Amino acid sequence: MLQKSLKLSRVMLSVYYAYMVEYRAELLFWVLSGTLPLILMGLWAEAAQGGQFALGPTELVQYFLAVFLVRQFTVVWVIWEFEREVVEGKLSPYLLQPVDPVWRHFFSHVAERFARLPFAFLLGGLFVVLYPDAVWLPTPDHLILGLLAVVMAFCLRFVMQYTFALAAFWTERATAIEQFSFLLYTFLSGMIAPLALFPDAVRAVVLWTPFPYLIYFPASLLTNQGENIVQGFVVMLLWGSVFFALNRWLWRRGLRQYSGMGA
Amino acid sequence: MQRYWQVLRLFWSTAIAAELEYRLNFVVATLTSLGGLAGSLFGLFLFYRTGYQFQGWSWEAALLVLGTFTMLQGFSAMVLIPNLNKIVTQVQEGTLDFVLLKPISSQFWLSSRVLSPWGLPDVLLGAIAIVYGGTQLGLQPWNYLVALPPLAFGAISLYSLWFMLGATSIWFVKIYNVTEVLRGLLEAGRFPIVAYPTAYRVFFTFIIPVAFLTTVPAQTMLNQSGESWLLASGMLAGALLWLSNRFWRFALRYYTSASS
Repeated sequence: MLQKSLKLSRVMLSVYYAYMVEYRAELLFWVLSGTLPLILMGLWAEAAQGGQFALGPTELVQYFLAVFLVRQFTVVWVIWEFEREVVEGKLSPYLLQPVDPVWRHFFSHVAERFARLPFAFLLGGLFVVLYPDAVWLPTPDHLILGLLAVVMAFCLRFVMQYTFALAAFWTERATAIEQFSFLLYTFLSGMIAPLALFPDAVRAVVLWTPFPYLIYFPASLLTNQGENIVQGFVVMLLWGSVFFALNRWLWRRGLRQYSGMGA
Repeated sequence: MQRYWQVLRLFWSTAIAAELEYRLNFVVATLTSLGGLAGSLFGLFLFYRTGYQFQGWSWEAALLVLGTFTMLQGFSAMVLIPNLNKIVTQVQEGTLDFVLLKPISSQFWLSSRVLSPWGLPDVLLGAIAIVYGGTQLGLQPWNYLVALPPLAFGAISLYSLWFMLGATSIWFVKIYNVTEVLRGLLEAGRFPIVAYPTAYRVFFTFIIPVAFLTTVPAQTMLNQSGESWLLASGMLAGALLWLSNRFWRFALRYYTSASS
């Protein structure tokens, strides 16, 4: 059983890695399109020099560099593919295979991370040249916890988006849900500013939502900042299990609803 | 010329009729626009809440920039995104042949074939933000009027950049996401250009002319920009438009259709 799943994941990873590397130019463009944190880095670094903010310019540059990297490793697009599969009926053949279709998507995302790695580090390196004072090294324990948080953030984001994607069984435009949730993600996850700069009341509310744990939490761990570490991991696990349960329930209901194109 | 108007009317009336089949989408689009504006305001508020302000830009003046940005975003959702994504499909499937055979400019056909009404909420909300900020600052109707030319220039520049990027699909074929790169960089237009460090300012003025898209119209509204900026903005729009046409013709020489 274990051996079989190990083999399966190895095969899927190598297949999807080869597939991703084929479209290198496209991949480079995807990396470049995630420049929002770098734009905001400039704004905040400039602002922190003149204003009285809780964080200094160097800390902000480090934070946004970490945000950029975290974002690169937690990009998820499963809803677009899943919606197309359902609307065009392409899901049907996958249902016949003895593997849950979700693993296909999951491994294509994971494989893409490896293909993206060199581009992301190149762009990150460019900004290190631009702000040489900001270079920092995470301490070993922060590094381990931060990497763990990045992996968990990816899983959480994946399971959230896959849950929204299951709405495709009932509506033709499931991506509309994602577009709305992406707004919350953009503005509440810490991508536009570290949560330390939010008004206290807003921060208290936002910390109950899953969004800050997708970006802010791993990024602040990687910059040796993070507080309430245990609580952060617990919240991630809680939200993860809520979405996982919802996901499995919707999946079973949805399959009954699904008739397949032309079936 | 008249023929073009006629064609344009036909294009857009059919496109709108087709899109109106998804009326629920309008509710979703409006909600998304509202959420987007609320988020942008929140992002701006984070800078201003401790008393910091972008050099020479009060909160209301920064709202003008944000409003202009939202309007341009709506414009690109209405015209640019739906049309330019189609160029890629046409090249990939070889159906560009049929467009080239038509007795009108292929650039015109490709950039005006579809109109998506879902960008409208953004345009309206952007206008509301501008009028709100303008009223607070005591702007006169005249101020809004003089801002129209730079705004139009900005839209033309934006269109030309997008079209040139779309035209590169003749060589690279599958580049749905080139436009995503541009969209990502345009996000910089949410804030006045002086808010950035020098290196960023140079980049966003001379390489990707974001400054001309949002900051210059807002400055014109505030009566702060000299004629030179306006002139530069007009020249940039003209040059980019001309370049996009040249570039398209150049690209077409390399077009070999899908099956030959």
